[in-house]
Amino acid sequence: MSDYAVALTDDLLRPLIKTSWRFWTLVVLLLAVVSLGIGAFAYQVNAGIGVWGLNSPVFWAFDITNFVFWIGISHAGTLISAILRLVNAEWRRPVTRCAEVITVFALMIGAMFPIVHLGRPWLFFWLMPYPSERLIWPNFRSPLVWDFFAISTYLTGSSLFLFLPTIPDFALVRDKTTGWRNRLYSILALGWTGTTKQWHRLESAMQIMAIAIVPVAVSVHTIVSFDFSMAPVPMWHSTIFGPYFVAGAIFSGIAALIIAMAALRKFLHLEKYLHPVHFENLGKLLLMMSLLWGYFVFAERLTTWYGNGVSEMTVFWQTQRLSFAPLYWTMVTANFIVPVIILSFRKLRTIAGCVVASFGVVLGMWLERFLIIVPTLSHKYLPYSWGSYRPRTPEILLLIATFGAMVLFYVLFSKLVPIISIWEMKIGQHPQLAHESQTTDEAQTMWRTQP
Amino acid sequence: MSHRWGMVVDLDTCTGCEACVVACHAENNIPTAGPAEAARGRAMHWLRVERYWEGEYPEAKLKFRPVLCQQCDAAPCESVCPTYASHHTDEGLNAQVYNRCIGTRYCANACPYNVRQFNFFNPTWDKPLHLQFNPDVSIREVGVMEKCTFCVQRIKAAEITADAEKRELKDGELKPACAQSCPATAIAFGDLNDPESKVSRLFQSGRGEKLLEDVGTQPKIVYLKRQATA
Repeated sequence: MSDYAVALTDDLLRPLIKTSWRFWTLVVLLLAVVSLGIGAFAYQVNAGIGVWGLNSPVFWAFDITNFVFWIGISHAGTLISAILRLVNAEWRRPVTRCAEVITVFALMIGAMFPIVHLGRPWLFFWLMPYPSERLIWPNFRSPLVWDFFAISTYLTGSSLFLFLPTIPDFALVRDKTTGWRNRLYSILALGWTGTTKQWHRLESAMQIMAIAIVPVAVSVHTIVSFDFSMAPVPMWHSTIFGPYFVAGAIFSGIAALIIAMAALRKFLHLEKYLHPVHFENLGKLLLMMSLLWGYFVFAERLTTWYGNGVSEMTVFWQTQRLSFAPLYWTMVTANFIVPVIILSFRKLRTIAGCVVASFGVVLGMWLERFLIIVPTLSHKYLPYSWGSYRPRTPEILLLIATFGAMVLFYVLFSKLVPIISIWEMKIGQHPQLAHESQTTDEAQTMWRTQP
Repeated sequence: MSHRWGMVVDLDTCTGCEACVVACHAENNIPTAGPAEAARGRAMHWLRVERYWEGEYPEAKLKFRPVLCQQCDAAPCESVCPTYASHHTDEGLNAQVYNRCIGTRYCANACPYNVRQFNFFNPTWDKPLHLQFNPDVSIREVGVMEKCTFCVQRIKAAEITADAEKRELKDGELKPACAQSCPATAIAFGDLNDPESKVSRLFQSGRGEKLLEDVGTQPKIVYLKRQATA
């Protein structure tokens, strides 16, 4: 087959086979960051959750902010990739896997927080419906139990969605390697030989998953938003939260994807596959989401202001003008002003420009979640019970560790799995070989790419 | 006859002396957080006397309002608890099962009154308070939510005694620690299912108002508005 296919296979398999000292240094560094977080958690379990800055009445702060933030980031992948697959956008090919991986890892990190934040984390399994000898079920009216179902469904679905299109690549790596790698990838490839029948099954499975995962992703962040909107508390008890959270999640997810792709492009030398046009397209998507986010914030704020409810306006002014105003306006700048300026102009919508805007969005979206949680809790109805909040070292370490964990997972994954889907790239070059392969022989040739 | 416990607090007679707060601590084995933790906003009181100033000095007026769990009939804390640690009893109480609580703190966030207290650490008591625990009330460990129970241990004891003596509970026979210790008798407690009880009559009083009734929580505590101008 073509030289392109050979070069492609070589380029994308190289990170799996050749490992430099730089990789190990990075892994050790990241492990150190992650162990700081694990240490902070161990300290918290040992001493009590009072080592955090939480107090009465601010019972949630960094913990649930991190939870919502990471679950939001997880919407990068599966949702974007599913939509791009469903509309058959050709430029998606080198992007989908980077995105799908973000979903799985961000979900794993986010889903830790409902456990980490518990007063008695060792009893976390009481959140799950399991056959108990006392016949006690979790309370199905509680949005936290809905979270459990939503997140476990999404994690299962997105893992499958990541795994399915990786099977042919696992088989390719199996055939190209020896020793432990060959044994490992033989298991992962599930006996893939590239027959026409297997291709058709894979295609149907992908189609089903791509359709099924979209409503799941939308429901997940809606249910996360229900954690707030189901409580009769000022500025939480809002009907806009479902779509607002979903939009914010996709927004932060795209930003994370752009950052990840830029890093992969630079460090794995994937310039040949991740072109400026990919960043340009994702930048446009980010711009659209930034405008949508701005619209939601505007709608939410304006209706609150016109409604002029006493308790709502108390929280409202806390964020607009009073103690939380610096954070609030930083959020607006980072989420709206900067991205819209950068991404509206073709000249600024370069890779560097998209990455700058994306860092802004990641910061801004973290702040957004913080600003939904803390101003409300610190200023509920009765002024005598108002409070304030200041984070302490353990929760700051935990936050840093989540980013360390994300990068660590990503680095390890790109060491073990081709981060760009090799077979999908090949189909992109030779579409006629893909779906219309009439014989097993043809299909296998396409996938194996022997010159 | 089944009971439905309620409380009436007369804001006219309350002097803000906080005897109720102390009595509640003693009765319910509530830990003393200490000044450092209190400064962090972790002072622990099932019952607090809120102070509100009106006007400017020298015309300033001070108003008190004892705030405790309102034992809501439509309690936001109950529906959000994933483990049923916070639940409604047959007698209309908001019960908190300490052993079942895993400390999500969701109930405290959903509570409009901020009356739920969280054990950020294992409990401690300033000496010699550690020598006067109430044996009828369990000690709560770190990571567990707790709050006013309407002195459920006293309610149960009185009901059991009355049952054993094969009679009905008399109105006023049973008082939670706060009501018992109030020197101004500002707190009345009793059965709302008994139309003749003091609380039932005071519930109908024109002075009565429920705290944050608009939120829709249907509290079982009625505050009698101030009439005195002093």
